[in-house]
Amino acid sequence: MIAIIKYNAGNIRSVLNSLRRLGYDGLITDDRSEILAAEKVIFPGVGEAGTAMKYLKDRELDRLIISLKQPVLGICLGQQLLCRHSEEGDTDCLGIFDSRVCMFPLVDTVPHMGWNNFLSVRGPLFKDVSPDDDVYYVHSYYAEVCSSTTAVCDYILPFSAAMQKDNFFSTQFHPEKSAGTGEKILLNFLKL
Amino acid sequence: MLKRRIIPCLDIRDGRTVKGINFVSIRDAGDPVELAKIYAEQGADELVFLDITATIEKRKTLADLVERIALEINIPFTVGGGIHTLDDVSVLLGAGADKITINSAAVRDPGLIGGIARNFGSQCVVVAIDTKYHQNDWIVFIDGGRTPTRLRTLDWAKRAADLGAGEILLTSMNNDGTKSGFAIDITGDVSRHLGIPVIASGGAGTMEHFRDVFYSTGCSAALAASIFHYGEISIPDLKNYLKNNNIAVRI
Repeated sequence: MIAIIKYNAGNIRSVLNSLRRLGYDGLITDDRSEILAAEKVIFPGVGEAGTAMKYLKDRELDRLIISLKQPVLGICLGQQLLCRHSEEGDTDCLGIFDSRVCMFPLVDTVPHMGWNNFLSVRGPLFKDVSPDDDVYYVHSYYAEVCSSTTAVCDYILPFSAAMQKDNFFSTQFHPEKSAGTGEKILLNFLKL
Repeated sequence: MLKRRIIPCLDIRDGRTVKGINFVSIRDAGDPVELAKIYAEQGADELVFLDITATIEKRKTLADLVERIALEINIPFTVGGGIHTLDDVSVLLGAGADKITINSAAVRDPGLIGGIARNFGSQCVVVAIDTKYHQNDWIVFIDGGRTPTRLRTLDWAKRAADLGAGEILLTSMNNDGTKSGFAIDITGDVSRHLGIPVIASGGAGTMEHFRDVFYSTGCSAALAASIFHYGEISIPDLKNYLKNNNIAVRI
């Protein structure tokens, strides 16, 4: 079973729909034992970092998430919350990735919205994915490139399109909304 | 590089796709879910579903249809028509829409924009503006283009952005349904003065029209309906054409 962590962030239903299209089932849950027992955990989210972290802390989901041993995939806000700190609401995050989340400088259209390719990709999530493939982004904050960065996207500046440390994986883009390329990346995670 | 987006728009009435020609005559062009799947497979970058009758008939949401669409397609989609309250938004996003679009309701109650942005994030608020060149200025019209307002288009677009809109969907009523090309001047003006993405809409008739609006304005996306629904232009052909004209698109 794939657990999708339920919290006060949008986009969770899309992830479940996407799993089902790929022939997997998922369970949207904030139940500790269900999350702990899951083969894999997806930590999705669209929303504001401060409110999301507060929600997780109030339910002690913050400590649960960082203790997980199975493969975990953070998506969009999920990736940002796995970083050390976010400028959005000056929020201390979960600290899996040693990266800061900053707002894009307003020298071009913000949010970064739409399809973009990669400067580089590496690691198991990107098996059979080319840097020229496009995936779908919607975000105004980005995670700085750090030692955990596995894919780099360039918009205004190079930022972490994906990250990995041990069993924690993440993408800034939305694989569940990224057509065939997104499905390939999700399947790579599901088959880990 | 960030790609320019091609967005087919499906106007919905009674659960079926329609396209208003200059907002008056209406022809039927099929099942929205089937069309949506075809467009997604063909390489559409996003889809927009507009319930064109919703505002007038005060009909509420398209939640059931949205749920069916969300199950089937793997690209982002926006839903609009008859959204007046945060509850309406909550239902549609809960059913699986990625973004919602508001038009007349935002003009009547600009606070709605900020309310949606604060509760669900700016990224999901698309403010649609119907604009018409009227007495030497581009003026905002509401109620499906029936009612003129006193708002200048650029002023309203800027205000919507300041209030928390994540994107502007700008439809030129002078061009809509004419197949004579997008309204380059107002689209360029709005794109130049806003820090958020602008979707050009109204007037697409040929592939050159898409090239021209992307060449001549800073718009992030171009939207069209009938030329796609009736197969006059196929999305793969359009994208290859744009790519050959050095416009960054997702192939």
